[in-house]
Amino acid sequence: MMSWLTSFQCLASAPTETVGTEGGFLVLQVIGVLLGVMGLLFFLGAAVGLLRFPDFYTRMHAAGKGDTLSTMLMLAGFGLVTMEDLSLGSWLLLIKIMAVVLFVYLTSPTSSHALMRAAFEDDELPLTEDDLRNSKRGKRRKKR
Amino acid sequence: MTHWFAIIMGAALFTLMIPVIYRIWVGPTSFDRILGVNVIGTKTAVLLVVIGTLFDRVEMFVDFAISYALLNFVGAIVISRYLNRTISLKDMEAREKEGARKR
Amino acid sequence: MGLELLNIFILLLLVVTALAALRVRDLITAAAVFGVYSFLMCLLWAEMGAVDVAFTEATVGAGVSTVVLVATIFNLKRKSND
Repeated sequence: MMSWLTSFQCLASAPTETVGTEGGFLVLQVIGVLLGVMGLLFFLGAAVGLLRFPDFYTRMHAAGKGDTLSTMLMLAGFGLVTMEDLSLGSWLLLIKIMAVVLFVYLTSPTSSHALMRAAFEDDELPLTEDDLRNSKRGKRRKKR
Repeated sequence: MTHWFAIIMGAALFTLMIPVIYRIWVGPTSFDRILGVNVIGTKTAVLLVVIGTLFDRVEMFVDFAISYALLNFVGAIVISRYLNRTISLKDMEAREKEGARKR
Repeated sequence: MGLELLNIFILLLLVVTALAALRVRDLITAAAVFGVYSFLMCLLWAEMGAVDVAFTEATVGAGVSTVVLVATIFNLKRKSND
């Protein structure tokens, strides 16, 4: 239990301790934090989409897209935040992080497509208009 | 500053993983579960970079994240390629019955 | 100090993934969920600082064992359906 409490104290005291940017460029770090927060926002969209959508194909649509974009934004955010000085080393690090982004960009759509094809060939029927109409939820929507 | 940012991002990422785990747990069809596995796979690459910033050795952990993204891709492709080849029990028995009748 | 927080999160997710892997009926999906399990194990190693162990766990878990499990399931005669 104790470690649980101490970890929270560290969170509370963290902002005051490390408010100074140890060598990082404030402008870059602000942009980095913004990118990171936007990445989180998109991942929230993907997670909600994954939860709320009625049919497999719609869920696949939400997760496939939101997940790739949020990974890209978050990694870009991290790349900028951890950019200490404009030396070659940190530029290399940024390029490496962009390489991760490139690979995620190449692999994620392909695997989503492969999964979609597998589902389609396993005759997983997509939800049609009349399914929605006579499903319970459909009726509730009409009443309002 | 970077530590503080990494902790917040890590915590937020984990809390946002809970809906994905819920989808894996409930997931009516088995495809939803594999979709959840796919989402968690790409998210783990980001988490690795988070841990990298916490350890102040980002270069090493970024190499991890690259290999992670590729490994996750391998797993996803193999599973989805094999997925539509495995037939369920009912179809197999049906097929055997057909075979018996033809012979 | 942030690491203990991540530690607790990873351990919680590990338990949930293990239970999910047990609960699922379709064999291939169980193999997939074991992939997630090995991902989280690798995160745990990385978070504890054992970097090479994490790398091997990732390679073996996602790369080899999922593929081998799926290959065996594919060759199995009796297949449970979801």
